[in-house]
Order: sequence, then C-alpha cells, then structure tokens
Amino acid sequence: MIEVRRLNKSFGDLQVLKDVDLKVEKGEVVCLIGASGSGKSTLLRCINFLEQGQSGEIWIEGRLVEGKKDNLAKIRQEVGMVFQLFNLFPHKTVLGNVIEAPVMVKKVPVKQATEEAVTLLEKVGLADKAGSYPSQLSGGQKQRVAIARALAMHPKVMLFDEPTSALDPELVGEVLTVIKQLAREGMTMIVVTHEMAFAREVAEWVVYMDEGRIVEISKPAQMFDEPREARTREFLSRVLQKTDQNSETRSA
Amino acid sequence: MGIVEYFIYFYGLLVNSGPIFTQATILTLRLTATALLLGIVIGLFFAMLKISKNRVFNCIADAYITIIRGTPLIVQIFWIYFGLAPILDIPAFWAASLALAVHNGAYIAEIFRGGIQSINRGQMEAALSLGMTYLLAMRRIILPQAFKRCIPPLGNQFIIGLKDSSLAAFVTMPELFMIAMRRANRWPGDALEYYTIAGLYYLALVVVFTFLVKKLESRLDVDK
Ligand SMILES: Nc1ncnc2c1ncn2[C@@H]1O[C@H](COP(=O)(O)OP(=O)(O)OP(=O)(O)O)[C@@H](O)[C@H]1O
Ligand SMILES: [Mg+2]
Repeated sequence: MIEVRRLNKSFGDLQVLKDVDLKVEKGEVVCLIGASGSGKSTLLRCINFLEQGQSGEIWIEGRLVEGKKDNLAKIRQEVGMVFQLFNLFPHKTVLGNVIEAPVMVKKVPVKQATEEAVTLLEKVGLADKAGSYPSQLSGGQKQRVAIARALAMHPKVMLFDEPTSALDPELVGEVLTVIKQLAREGMTMIVVTHEMAFAREVAEWVVYMDEGRIVEISKPAQMFDEPREARTREFLSRVLQKTDQNSETRSA
Repeated sequence: MGIVEYFIYFYGLLVNSGPIFTQATILTLRLTATALLLGIVIGLFFAMLKISKNRVFNCIADAYITIIRGTPLIVQIFWIYFGLAPILDIPAFWAASLALAVHNGAYIAEIFRGGIQSINRGQMEAALSLGMTYLLAMRRIILPQAFKRCIPPLGNQFIIGLKDSSLAAFVTMPELFMIAMRRANRWPGDALEYYTIAGLYYLALVVVFTFLVKKLESRLDVDK
C-alpha cells in the first residue's frame, strides 16, 4: 500500500531522516513513536509530499511517486492527513470545511457532497455542529471535524500527526474513539502518537524512531513488554514513567 | 465683513459651485475606483510573484515595487501621460487611472503579501493535503482569509489613493482639485474659499469611506 525506501531528508545541515524504510500494508494501522525531534512528523509529511526528501523512494499503491513529475494534488487525494493543530478553515463552517475538497477538487455536486458530509459528521458525532464555525468548537470537536474533512475525499490511507497532543486530557478520548472506529473499519493508517495505550490497542505494528532512524518495528505486545532494542526500552521507560507521574498529579 | 456675513458669503460660494464640484466629485470617484480596482489586480499579481518560490518572479516583483516606491507619483503620472499615452494613443482618463493604478498597485501588493504571509502555513498544508492545487488553495482558502486581514490597510490605501487622484489635475482631468484651481485662478480673491471647498469634499468622501470600511470589517468578522 505504502512503502518508503531509503528515504533521506535534510533541512540545511540537519539530517532529519536517515535511510528510512517503512512498509504499510492495506488495512494496517502503524503507530509511530519516538522522542520530540526524532523526525516523525517529517516522515509523515514526506509521505504526503508536503516535504520532499533528498533521496529515496515513496511508493503508493505499487506506484513510485516522483515529486517533481507526478501530479501531487491527485496523489494527495488518496492520502488523508490530520494535523496536530487541526488546521480547519476558520472562514468556513463545519459543513463548509467537509465539503470543500469534494466539491472543488472532485467536482461532486454540492447536494451530494452535503449528504455525504452529514453522514460523516454523524459518524464523528458532530451532526449538530454542521453550521458552526471552527472557533465555536472545542479542540476535540475540531479534530473530529478535521478527520471527517479528510475522510470526505475517500482516501485510501490516513496519516495522523499527533492528533491528540494539542487537546486537554479529557478531550483525548473522543478523538481516539473515532480513530479506533476507523481502524475497525479497516482503514489503512499511520498514526504518530504519544498515547501508548492507544498504540498498544490498535496498532498492527509500532515503529520507534530516534534521531531520524527507525530503530525498531515490532508488534505492540513485543514493543511495550519486551522491546528488542535497548534504546527503545530506555525511551519507553522514560515516557511511561512520565505518564504515570501525570496520572498521579491528575488524580491528586 | 463680520463672521456671520463671511459665513453666509462662503455658504453662497459653496452652494453656487455645488453642481460643478459634484460633477468633479464624480470624476474623482471614477478615477479613484478605476485606479484602485486595477490596483488590486496589479497588487494581487505582484504579491503572488513576490511570495512565489521562483527567484525570477521575486526579482520582477521587487523591481516593480522598488521603482514605484522610489519615484514620485507625479513623475509616474507624467511619464505615462506625456510619454506612453501619445505612443499608445491612451485617452487622458485612462492614462491618469493607469498611472494611479500602477502606483497604488505597488503598495497594495505589499499589503496583500503581508496578509497572505500572516495566514498560518498549516492552512495551505491542510488544503494541499486534501488534494487541492496550489492555486485553488490560494483562491479558496488563503486569499479569503488574507483579504479579510487586508481590509484595514487596504482602506487606508484607498484613502491615500483618493487624495492622490488630485494629481490627475495636472494631466487635464477636471476632477475636484482641478476645478478648485480653475476657480481660484479666475477669482483670486476667493482662492482660499475654493481650496477650502475642495478640501471639504475630499474630507467628506474620506469620512464616508472610513465609515463604510468599518462597517465592512465588522460584517466580515462573524466567523472569528
Ligand atoms: N521546516 C523545517 N526547517 C528546518 N528544520 C526542521 C523543519 N521541520 C522540522 N525540522 C527539524 O527536523 C527535526 C525533526 O522534526 P520533526 O517535526 O519531524 O520531529 P517530530 O519527531 O515530529 O517531533 P515532535 O514530537 O516534537 O513533533 C527537528 O530537529 C526539527 O527542528
Ligand atoms: Mg511532530
């Protein structure tokens, strides 16, 4: 479905991705974890060609995509993306956000696009917010609209870049529920996340990145219970400890 | 003459010159509107060149903006009216409008560039990630938001443009300032009054225009 081969990406002197190889099969959910600055977002952005690597290959559905030559807009229609900070269009209503791309890009008639959008909004539990503007929504609601907006293009893959990191703790659950639902429906997804419990629950594979390299790719049980790499273990013990502390302070 | 008599005298001049100044006002507004509409098109075009990643486009935009901002408007008006217009057979109205448009376009380009760049990068990325092309994303997502932020500085530029249109008097346009000049030349004793009257017309236009911009601003504020 998606294959990344020997991808290298630098910003100036800073090499952010180093020979990254990653393969995601149809229907799989892959969770990407790693410390801040390890290159997770950059990897996602390269898959969507929001950034272009200096070398390496991106294959989507068995086709090599070449950034300069290919019609990127066409390819991006197949690859939905959800951002940490939602990036909803503030000048459009919730409904306007969802139908924008189907109508303008795919030329779906407004009426049909609206019907589909309403169905999608129901699916993410926001049918009653169709007429609201993004500024009138909570973070969790915004992110669910962003998911509906991406789904409206019927993508074959969904990329999530820390979809819950900008949310208040009590709003994380509602967004993860929607993503889990998508996983059950068989959507192919790559999810960058710090929510380890979520990764354990939905991921086929968990990928640990450090300093631009993929250090370990394991099944969740192995990754979280007996990681093969020392570096993974160290990272996980650091994060899990922090999560414990957080929940302690929260319950205190 | 006492103050009351003077006021009555001034009022007489104001009323008597009313019809001709009204006509002149219409010309002033036509010049300004044409210049600013063209200026918006020119400004948008150069703003796009300026923010593009193409070096050649950037240079063209920079050259245009530097030249326009670095030379007096009256030079630009004369350059087009006496230099270009005879060759290309452009009528005076269009020569004046064009000069004002090219002039205002440079400032409007900078206003638009600032507005576009003030929009969070995530907006363009979200639009692209949905499969929009760069130009579609610009048109549907970036520009509507940028334009809204540009309204206050654009309104300001329009006021400047309105007042600058008085320089069209020097290329035979019988707009407000030209009429005041003619009358002041014919009746030098009333020069002060006629220039005051012209000033009042400009002032009234600016006040009305400022009010309209404020209204527009608050109407467009609904989704923020
Ligand atoms: N546009 C850019 N220009 C220069 N450097 C960049 C750019 N984008 C990212 N970087 C750098 O690349 C490195 C990797 O960034 P990236 O955003 O991919 O990390 P990340 O793993 O997503 O981190 P986080 O968990 O904080 O989101 C960082 O050191 C970052 O500063
Ligand atoms: Mg990131």
